[in-house]
Order: sequence, then C-alpha cells, then structure tokens
Amino acid sequence: MSALGQAWAVARMELRRGVSWRSLWVLMMAFAPVVIIAAHAIGDHTHPLDDETLILNGIVQIYYVRCGIFFGCLGLFLRLVRGEVAERTLHYLFLAPLRREALLLGKFVAGVLTTVLVFGTGVTASVLLMYGHFGEGRTFLAHGPALAHLRLDLLVVLLACLGYGAVFLAFSLLFKNPAVPGVLLAFWEGVNGALPAWLKHLSVTFYLKPLFPVELPITGVWSLFTVVAEPTPVWLAVSGLIAFTCVVVALACRRMRRIEVSYSSD
Amino acid sequence: MSAERRIVFEDVSKFYGEVLGVNRVTLSLPPGITSLVGPNGSGKTTLMNLMTGLIRPTRGRLSVLGLASDDCVELGRRIGYCTQFDSFPRGVTGRSFVRGWLGLHGLRAEEADRLTAEALDRVGMTEAADRKVAAYSKGMRQRIRLALALSHRPEVLVLDEPLNGLDPMARAECLALFKGLAAEGLHVVISSHILHEVDRVSDHVVLLSHGYVVAEGQIHDVRTEVTDHPMQMLVRCNRPHVLAAGLFAADHVVEVRIHPDGKGLLVRTRDAAAFHRQLNRIVLETEIGLEAVSPADDDVGAVYQYLIGSDTEAV
Repeated sequence: MSALGQAWAVARMELRRGVSWRSLWVLMMAFAPVVIIAAHAIGDHTHPLDDETLILNGIVQIYYVRCGIFFGCLGLFLRLVRGEVAERTLHYLFLAPLRREALLLGKFVAGVLTTVLVFGTGVTASVLLMYGHFGEGRTFLAHGPALAHLRLDLLVVLLACLGYGAVFLAFSLLFKNPAVPGVLLAFWEGVNGALPAWLKHLSVTFYLKPLFPVELPITGVWSLFTVVAEPTPVWLAVSGLIAFTCVVVALACRRMRRIEVSYSSD
Repeated sequence: MSAERRIVFEDVSKFYGEVLGVNRVTLSLPPGITSLVGPNGSGKTTLMNLMTGLIRPTRGRLSVLGLASDDCVELGRRIGYCTQFDSFPRGVTGRSFVRGWLGLHGLRAEEADRLTAEALDRVGMTEAADRKVAAYSKGMRQRIRLALALSHRPEVLVLDEPLNGLDPMARAECLALFKGLAAEGLHVVISSHILHEVDRVSDHVVLLSHGYVVAEGQIHDVRTEVTDHPMQMLVRCNRPHVLAAGLFAADHVVEVRIHPDGKGLLVRTRDAAAFHRQLNRIVLETEIGLEAVSPADDDVGAVYQYLIGSDTEAV
C-alpha cells in the first residue's frame, strides 16, 4: 500500500470512529448561530437586507472564524494524537504497517474533513436561513452576490480548518499540555492586527482576512479582528496559507517519526 | 542461521532519561519459543518494545528477521505484539477492534473479514466477538489482544505476559497455541512470571535482572553452566539405600537423600556426566531396578533462583 493509501486508510478509520461526534460541544459551537438566526427569522419581521448582510458577516468573521473554528480545531486536532496517548491506544497504530508520516497525515485529513463538514454546514445553514426567510433576501440569494459570498466564506472555513488544524496537531506533538500554547495562539491571533508587518505573516488570521467578502464597519479594539491593515491579493492569501499548512504538517511529521510509546512519561 | 531468520541485539542499551531500561544487551534469538524471565523492572518489556519498534535504542543496533527497528512498515507486517497495556479504543467490539486494525494493512475487505474470523476463532472469542470490549472480563480482553497480534499471520509473535488474567484452561490452550505456532517456524517471544508453565514450552530462555542479561540459551545448557550450585538429580529405583551407598563413594557427589516416599533418591552432584557414568556402573553391578533419572532443578525457576538469588514467586 502506498503512503497515500495508508494515510487514507487511517483517515477512514478515524472518520468511522467518529472524530467529531465524540465531542458534542463542537457541533453545538457550529450550530449555535443557526439556532439564533432561526429564532431571529421567526421573531423579527423587519429585515433590511444591508443589516442582515452585516450581521451575517459579523457572525462568520468574528464568531465562526475567531471562536467556533479556532476552538473547535483546538479541541479536535489536539485529541487526534494526544487523545490516543491519554487513552493508551497509540501503540495499536504504531504496530500497524504504516509510515508514521502517513499515520499523521491520515489523522490530519480526518480532522480537516470533519471540521470543514461541521463548520461548513453551520455557515451554509446560517446564510440560507438569514436570507431565505424574506423575499428580498431570497432574491439576493438567487440573483445577487449571496452565493458568491457563501463560496468565499466556505473557502475561509476550509483554509481556517487547514491552518488551525495543522498548528494544533503540531502543538499536540510538541507539548505535553498543548492547551497552554493553544491559549497563547488565541492571544497572538487576536492582536495580529497590531503586530509589526513581518510578524503578521506568522498567523492564520493574516491570510484569512483578505478573503472575507464584506468588510465590517467596526472601529476600536474589535477592528483588530476584522480590518485588513495590509491588503493581500487573494491568490497570495490562499497559496500562503496552504504553504504555511504544508510547512507545519511537515514539521509535525518529522516529530511523529521520533515519537516513542512510553505512556508512563506522558 | 542467518540474521534474516533471527532477532539480533548488538550491544543495545535503552535509557529513559536517567533511568536504565536495558544495558549492553547482545542476543541472537532463533525461531521457536523464547521466554524472557525477570522481576518487574528487569527490562523484559523494554526488550519487547525495542524489537517491535515502539521505542528506539539509545545505543547499539537491533534487527528483526534482518529488518532495522525503524522500518515500521515491514515490522508491522511481520510482527504481532500483544502488549501489557489493557486499553482499547472507545466503543469497539472485539470483532470491530481486530477488523478495524486489519483495515490498516491494505487488505481487501473479504480477506480482512476472513483473517478476523480466523484470529477470533484461534483464541476462542468467536461467540463474544460482537460484544463491546468494555464489557469483557480481563481474560477476554487479554485474548482479544492476542487475537489482534495473531490476526495478520505474523512471523514473529511478541507476547508480554500473555497468560495474565487467563484461567488455567485458557492458559493451557494458549500454551498449546504458542507451541503450535513455534512448530510452524514462528518466533514466539514470551515474558511471563508463571515460570513453571513457560518452562514447559520454552526452547530458549533469557534471564534478565536490573536491565542486564544474566544468562541466555537452552535452559539445560544454562543450568549446566551454573557450577556454583550442584545439580540435583532425582533417581527412581527399587533399592535406594543400596544406590545411595554406591554414590556416596564418588567425589563429585555432594549430597544424597532418600526420597520421602522411599522409592528413590535426590542426589546433588558437581558433575552430571560423571554421575551418570557412576550410576550406570552401580546399576550393572548391583542389578538395581531403575525406573527413571531426571534433573530436579533443571528448570527456569531454579536457574533463576541460583543466578539472581530471588524467590521465583517474586518474579
């Protein structure tokens, strides 16, 4: 079996185990806005399109990307290897005829597929509910730029899951308690807008911000989360984040090759 | 025998930080059943983890059937390891546990299903295979781990305390299974503290203490080399007093005791070969009816006690 075949076998095994369903809270994080938008759709009958668009993009940019996807990836990707160590089951995978890199890659693919599916569905449902319950919104969906916005939002979801997933997977291999660097990363991503230009490149946020379809009219400290201080072309943002992901996953693979099963020291 | 058929350790040491796992181990294990014997902390599990690639040596080299210990793909294909870790992925049944693991071997679904059924049958777990592992007894969990180790038909089977938690009947079945696998040409490496049972099936023993190999080889050869302790021989005969009088005259005989049932002798001798010559001579001269002659301390427990000075119960 080729290395890619091995990785896919691991990914299928992880998906069968139910990477995400083990953690109900991730589902709740992904669909909490959907419930709130549904309540809004039922209770509020004045629906100015511009307001709805701003609210929706606020939810995607601030809630989904900054909170839901970030912490969802933190919870899921940290568990992919660290969870096996905690439950003392990693040796079963190490005893299978798999390259360690393929094992890690398979787990990463399973994590990305799961988070993209969960959060992508949440974002899609949010968009459809937000515009789908009033006439002007439905027209905006059918004939306006709403679907183009949705495609960009889904691209952001995919890239965020790739970037954060890679970083948290690497953290789980490098640190005994990866939650601490995870919290530090949350801070780093939060203040990214205030960092010197060269440091901004060392974050996932930097590459995601230029992809958002709508710029939110936010001032003050919240603008750190949304304002693009240094506009980056879309192609550069996408390829930059993919390259960043590849580098981090490659480093994680290198670390994975050297890991020994010694549960007592963990 | 070439290294392609052996498990070879060349001056292998393993340290966990400051803590010694094993030190300067040089071994060459042939096919058949090899028992690793030693008390807790003697390095048995470290040796097993090293040969299965779960850990890497700090110093030295080792190869399994000619494969380097970092060739995890080939090692995974050719080694089956039943570890002591009594843990399983959440929610699995016995069958899904084995089948899911075989899924990582790149087998076709029908082949994986067939091997799963075969492995479950070999360890007597077919009936309970579709129950959750969490509901299994300790012995059943042990057997399902054994099924996993056997499932891909490995050439080397490494078993860390495989008899733990098994009832006497299951232990006997497992030992028969190990003997059968060894007869097929497999390497079966066992660690166990149930010495008298391991002793019955072992072709080769490795005695460990504090991370060092104290002795290794066929148990009889190891016993012969322990010259500090005279060998004990049990002689069953119809006139033990006559035989005792004849044996006392020999220099190599240290002690002769009449067996409590009055139908034999326990003899301690420094030279087993000379003892046998002397015995033959006496039997011919006196026409004693000889029933049996066997070593009384030619087993792993006795050898271990002589070499390491520990009570075998503590092993």
